[in-house]
Amino acid sequence: MSGTSHLAAHSDATPSATAVPPGNTPGQGRRRRRRISFDKASFFAVALLLPLAVYVVFVISPFVQAVYFSMTDWSGFTADMAFVGLDNFARLLGDEKFLRAMLNSALLAVVVPTVTIAIAIAVATMVTVGGSTTGGVRGVRGAGFYRVISFFPYCVPAIVIGLVWAQVYDPSRGLLNGVLTGIGLDGMADFPWLGDTRTAMAASMFVIVWSFIGFYTVLFVAAIKGVPGEIYEAARLDGASRFRTAVSITVPLIRDNVRTAWIYLGIAAIDSFVYMQAMNPGGGPGYSTFVISQDLYQTAFSKGQFGYATAMGVVLALVTLLFAAVVFLVDRVTGGGDDVRGHA
Amino acid sequence: MTTPVERDQSTERPTVGAPFEAARRTPPAGPADRTAAATSHVLLTFGAVLVVVPFLWVFVSSFKTTKEILASPFSLPADPSLANYATAWTDAGIGRYFLNTIVVVGCALFFVMMLGALTAYVLARFRFPGNKVIYNLMLAGLTFPVFLAIVPLFFVLRNAGLLNTLPGLIVTYVAFAFPFTVFFLYSFFRGLPHEVAEAAQVDGAGEWRTFFQIMLPMARPGMASVAIFNFLGLWNQFLLPVALNTDTDNYVLTQGMAQFASQAGYAVDFGALYAGVVMTVLPVLVVYVFFQRRLQGSVAQGTFR
Repeated sequence: MSGTSHLAAHSDATPSATAVPPGNTPGQGRRRRRRISFDKASFFAVALLLPLAVYVVFVISPFVQAVYFSMTDWSGFTADMAFVGLDNFARLLGDEKFLRAMLNSALLAVVVPTVTIAIAIAVATMVTVGGSTTGGVRGVRGAGFYRVISFFPYCVPAIVIGLVWAQVYDPSRGLLNGVLTGIGLDGMADFPWLGDTRTAMAASMFVIVWSFIGFYTVLFVAAIKGVPGEIYEAARLDGASRFRTAVSITVPLIRDNVRTAWIYLGIAAIDSFVYMQAMNPGGGPGYSTFVISQDLYQTAFSKGQFGYATAMGVVLALVTLLFAAVVFLVDRVTGGGDDVRGHA
Repeated sequence: MTTPVERDQSTERPTVGAPFEAARRTPPAGPADRTAAATSHVLLTFGAVLVVVPFLWVFVSSFKTTKEILASPFSLPADPSLANYATAWTDAGIGRYFLNTIVVVGCALFFVMMLGALTAYVLARFRFPGNKVIYNLMLAGLTFPVFLAIVPLFFVLRNAGLLNTLPGLIVTYVAFAFPFTVFFLYSFFRGLPHEVAEAAQVDGAGEWRTFFQIMLPMARPGMASVAIFNFLGLWNQFLLPVALNTDTDNYVLTQGMAQFASQAGYAVDFGALYAGVVMTVLPVLVVYVFFQRRLQGSVAQGTFR
């Protein structure tokens, strides 16, 4: 530690190379040159080559291998695997269970981001600019408290969130039906929220949205705080309502953040593996909550059809990329990139 | 949402018409303001209740006997006991999984922070052929879903003899947390002044010394932010252990919890499940309470760079 302070102090006094006292230079130069080879070589080996090797072996190579495996009929434990071209993908097109999973994942990709972003923007608006219209622009009282609470689910393992809500939804012991029958809705007694085709997907989506809201609220709060307060004061002087302000001022100004949130949330929603696995490991009533990731997992690790499962993985990756592309396209078409900030 | 908003438009003008400076000093809330504030508070409180109540309910239930749990969701434990915690800790193996998780997450966190910081520093500070390629490789690792890699990864680990071992899990955690760590720290190292490092090197400090004694201490705020993110991400990791670590003895906490979900409905010891939830959430709650300010700050600056 004393070395640090010595060097730091020294460098403060001698900010550039030319300021080094000339008397020191020759000796130091020689010492440094002799050490350079080993010092530099070992440093770059550990700092770059070692981590990159690990990264390439455990992350990049599996991605690349996946593309090849998806075109084989490989079952994993035998050496022989036949190259079958795009057969796996053709088979997927006729696989009803997989198509159902695709549909469910697509539904999640549309609903979860939309609802989460709408609520997160509403909450972020309330805690930043939703306060009293007199005086400086500010949020409602106790804003910090709400923010701390709402962010907490981000820290809890998704599997635990799923388990907790599966308990809340439980037909007989669950908190939800307890509350509903408590306020007189006796018809809800023993209603299986996660076991009924009409409610299973909606109930699962609610949990996913619930777990994401806090995180995106914090993101939007930060974005809104980057908007100069004068803009909100000006809107207020012009008589804009809170709702109008949110739609016409806040959303256009934090547009980039909203787009990024769409992509993150969409990717997470298309996956949804942990939540679904916690609430309905079997895919839910009539496969109504069955998603691509669950199909892939079962196909690979229960049925051992590794080639076919990897093909599902490729489709999942393509769906994810397609989703991101659509979000960018919609953003561009609806006028993203026009510099709204120019007025700021 | 709509009612208070509509009411706003009609009553807001008088307030807004008042001289601005005067209004700033004395903020007497108008009726529209009060309606808006009340609505906001009702909505926000409802949200807070939705977040807190399920956890609180599980916490209280964890002290009830199975019989009490099955009888009513609202009853308080007649004789609060830690029996469920003992069962969960030993019989359900939560104790063992807890230890495994600490070992795996602890080691992975240390290695990924060290290697990630080193690589980010090299990429940010040195120009060399391939620099851009490596950067794009990191981007690829962040873009593609882990599900695409999971099957080949299974066989990579099996061929290396690392399948179902804790070291295998650690290496995988490090590899998959690596691109995010590098990405985040890359922008951080870029933002640090170069003069200090240059001065240190002029003074004869080698690469190692420059990094550990000059650059790393300066990057401490960035390191802390990434470390918290990585801790939460790895502590909560589910897919990687479930697919690559199927030996019950090596389970991590999330797998131990998932065991409850996969058991047939009636065989589940609900008391132990609730106790398990509490024991899993408690460490993250502690981390959260201590670091929530920094964490929220990091979300704000880090993610949208």
